[in-house]
Amino acid sequence: MTAGPRTTAGPATSADPVPTAGPGAALGWRGAVVQIGRYTFVSVVLGFFALPLLWLATAPFDRTPTITTSLPEFTLDNFRALLDNPYALRSLWNSILLSGGTAVLVVTFAALAAYALSRVRVPGRDALLYGLLLLSSIVTGTATMVPLYELAFRLNLIDSRLGVILILSGGLLPAAIFILKDFMDSTPTSYEESARVFGASPVQIVWQIVLPMVRPGLATVAVWAVANVWGNFLVPFLLLRNPEKAPAAVIMYTLYTEGGQANLALLSTFSLLYSLPVVLMFVFVSSRYGFRFHGGIKR
Amino acid sequence: MARTTSPPDPTTAGAGGSATGRDDPGTPLARRADAAGLGRARAGGFVLPGLVLIVLFLVVPALWTIYLGVTNYRLTGLAAADPQVVGLDNYTAALGDERFRSSLWLTLQFVLGSAVIGQAGLGFAIAWSLRDRHGPVRRVVEALVLLAWILPSSVVAFLWIALLDRDAGTLNALLGTPGMAWLLDHPMLSVILFNTWRGTAFSMMLYGAALQNVPPSHLETARLAGASTWQQLRDVVFPRIRGHVLTNLLLISLWTFNDFTPFLITAGGPEQRSEILPVYVFKIALSGGELGFGAAISFLMLLINLVIALVYLRTLGQRREARR
Amino acid sequence: MAAITLRRLGKVYPGGVRALDGLDLSIADGEFFALLGPSGCGKTTLLRTIAGLEVATEGAVQIGDRDVTNLQPGRRDVAMVFQDYALFPHMTVEENIGYPLRIKKLPRSARRDKAAETAAELGLTGLLDRRPGQLSGGQQQRVALARAMACHPQVFLLDEPLSNLDARLRLEARTFLKRLQRELGVTCVFVTHDQAEALALADRIAVMEGGRIRQVGTPVEVFRRPANTFVAGFIGSTPMNLLDAEVAGDAVVVAGTRLPLPEPARAVVADGDRVVYGVRPEYLDLHTAPLDDALSGRVVVVENLGSSSLVSLDLPGGDGVAGVGLQVVVPEGREPELGSTGWVVPRAGRSLLYRDGELLGADGGGVVGSGVVGAGATGGGVVGGPA
Repeated sequence: MTAGPRTTAGPATSADPVPTAGPGAALGWRGAVVQIGRYTFVSVVLGFFALPLLWLATAPFDRTPTITTSLPEFTLDNFRALLDNPYALRSLWNSILLSGGTAVLVVTFAALAAYALSRVRVPGRDALLYGLLLLSSIVTGTATMVPLYELAFRLNLIDSRLGVILILSGGLLPAAIFILKDFMDSTPTSYEESARVFGASPVQIVWQIVLPMVRPGLATVAVWAVANVWGNFLVPFLLLRNPEKAPAAVIMYTLYTEGGQANLALLSTFSLLYSLPVVLMFVFVSSRYGFRFHGGIKR
Repeated sequence: MARTTSPPDPTTAGAGGSATGRDDPGTPLARRADAAGLGRARAGGFVLPGLVLIVLFLVVPALWTIYLGVTNYRLTGLAAADPQVVGLDNYTAALGDERFRSSLWLTLQFVLGSAVIGQAGLGFAIAWSLRDRHGPVRRVVEALVLLAWILPSSVVAFLWIALLDRDAGTLNALLGTPGMAWLLDHPMLSVILFNTWRGTAFSMMLYGAALQNVPPSHLETARLAGASTWQQLRDVVFPRIRGHVLTNLLLISLWTFNDFTPFLITAGGPEQRSEILPVYVFKIALSGGELGFGAAISFLMLLINLVIALVYLRTLGQRREARR
Repeated sequence: MAAITLRRLGKVYPGGVRALDGLDLSIADGEFFALLGPSGCGKTTLLRTIAGLEVATEGAVQIGDRDVTNLQPGRRDVAMVFQDYALFPHMTVEENIGYPLRIKKLPRSARRDKAAETAAELGLTGLLDRRPGQLSGGQQQRVALARAMACHPQVFLLDEPLSNLDARLRLEARTFLKRLQRELGVTCVFVTHDQAEALALADRIAVMEGGRIRQVGTPVEVFRRPANTFVAGFIGSTPMNLLDAEVAGDAVVVAGTRLPLPEPARAVVADGDRVVYGVRPEYLDLHTAPLDDALSGRVVVVENLGSSSLVSLDLPGGDGVAGVGLQVVVPEGREPELGSTGWVVPRAGRSLLYRDGELLGADGGGVVGSGVVGAGATGGGVVGGPA
């Protein structure tokens, strides 16, 4: 009897067994209060989440961008600032390199490992997998920045994009293997056996049969890896010294922390351009596969 | 660095032994082994490259942290060339250090305030109030909350700097409090609000999925019996989603505990008043060069992570047992 | 085309589960052969061992005159159709059919021609560009068959070929399958748990239980003269009546009634032997008027089977023995009243005697206790047993 009239409709009120239930008017009054409370709450939530984002939507197109969110006087001139800054576009390219490289590495290695672990019975397999997953969730970049820095230094990977790719891949692999193994496990083995009876070699089976069939899984992992690396600030911030190699995450930070008056035209357009790929990717994934929430497709 | 959850959705959590469930009851399990005729050796070759990367960049750093933590290793100077093992000195020094203790306390505030209360509370409230909505309102709310989650951290950090700016910030303009220096006067509150905003999406979606598992007939029964919203939540909803709540709290605590993003907004300041542990380690070890001391703090962080993760795996295991 | 010979074939899984237990079996060239049994009997393991997907732990598999025991599946020159057809979902029908030829490195054009030709034979011509997901169950099965045919194997192996089809389609597919096998003339081994399917399709059937073959024979043999009570109970849409009995002179006493002693068993039983009297419900005649030397009992259930009815009677127990049930198939229009008394007479030459579960006087009936199933059958011939 507490829920609003729209949700309870007829049956709840008419079949109400409580004899003290008030007349319909009282019920409607209480329901209305609940409903108003709910709408107020949703509005506040909308405001809270929209407020910080508004600037990103307006400032890039404002003829005179300021820190304050305001209705823009529309222009695309601000995007010219991207070309004027020596690092802006280059850093986006670096982000593409880092996230693309990591995704390729993670998908390839994880697919191979997941397939072998899914199909061949190795003693202690599940324990190994859980152990690695546990490890990857506790050994975060923040908790191990000191040895990671040391390790990169010793392996001569400071200021190397490959170093960033390798370190990020190592961190993403356990979860990627876990996700992909799930996909492989749900694929019947009769496909592979069928190909085997026709004489296909293991490599042919993996290449011609298994990989095409788990393509949605590979796409999921690839997108997830890209999203992870695209937003990652700490690892490239630690390891890359040369601003020419820095990805957008780091350049964005330096743009607003370096001294002097921040160039808001540059900052706003760069923010937008840098954000767009993850948003598009997210929209694509959720429309294509439905957002299956397979372990925070993000961060 | 890899923020992943093992799938929170119970339907996907059974990854471990899923092949067994499908087997025709009479056929021996071993039939499923090695369908492609891979063989042990080749299978090992398939696993190896991934394993090497994992060992090199996850296992080694974790172990190295332990070693570095008992040395006086420094980035520069004499101890850089020839680090000495100093035993537990770093740990006793840390425990005696006012700055470390305050950082620990700030971290606790950060985790409790932004994750447990902020993200989980707000996430549940949103999921609950949208549970039977399917119109544009729900889609817009969900889209905005998700957007806050998926945007790159350095971008959202600046968005909040702009929002909270003392002179021209939108918040001051809205509240009519010009000159209010949020980031200077209330750095911890700002960071907690920021992280609530940033991470609510995960909790919202998890609880949204969990609430769908609550049979409507149970809620209707409670409603017919005259239960208030609060009573419905307490007696019907919560018992059904207890597992999800636990999963959610543990995961977001783990992530929040390891979150470096506040560095991008306040850099720990002013006067270390928002210096949570990750920022503290960064400043001590990499800016300050005290690698050994920083490693000791890192190791403490790893231990805390381990405890949270073990509790998480345990509850996951118990839930799986319970379903059998 | 080739015969298949299994010698002392055994399969023990790690962990000690014995799936196949010293099997001997010969399948003739061009024969349509069924492996029949309940789930877990080892029939699928046997099929997979012939295919090479399982490796035998003892014994040998021979296809034609080649010993293939240790050959990889792809080198055995067999084709297998899986229960779920295993059509690759990411390939079109044409690509699926041409896949074996792709493995054999035939050029694309040759593959396309062969796929079109095979598809035409199976009435799939218009479907070549579709994906398996867009096909009906029956069409999928034909594509799987076409893919198996495309590489011209010596042996076809089919795992539960009809089980994924709905009941109506299943009959159609059964006829189609039998005709196809006749036309191709290729040796074909299939696995089924459905005795009706085995009886309808196969030239010969091996009935399996617990990793062993319990009987090998033509459908007529296994139906009329099951070699043991397991087969007797498994074969037939209604299981055989198995009644405790005692030999008395030239008669056998069942539930207090003297019935003629089955002829083949006469030589191997003695007066006073305790045996099991077996007779199929189809081989019993029900009378509503009293009759000498007939089993009599009260009609308790009548089940309509369409053109006939299955009648269950309760035979009263004699000498402190509990009563037993008896089932009789009666033709249309002859159903007795519920609760009335019926008199049941077995038809001559259709009743069997079992002792310790094994058929007595198993002469030409095809056979077998535990071990050796005699070889040498060609063209659906009879198998001689060791008894």
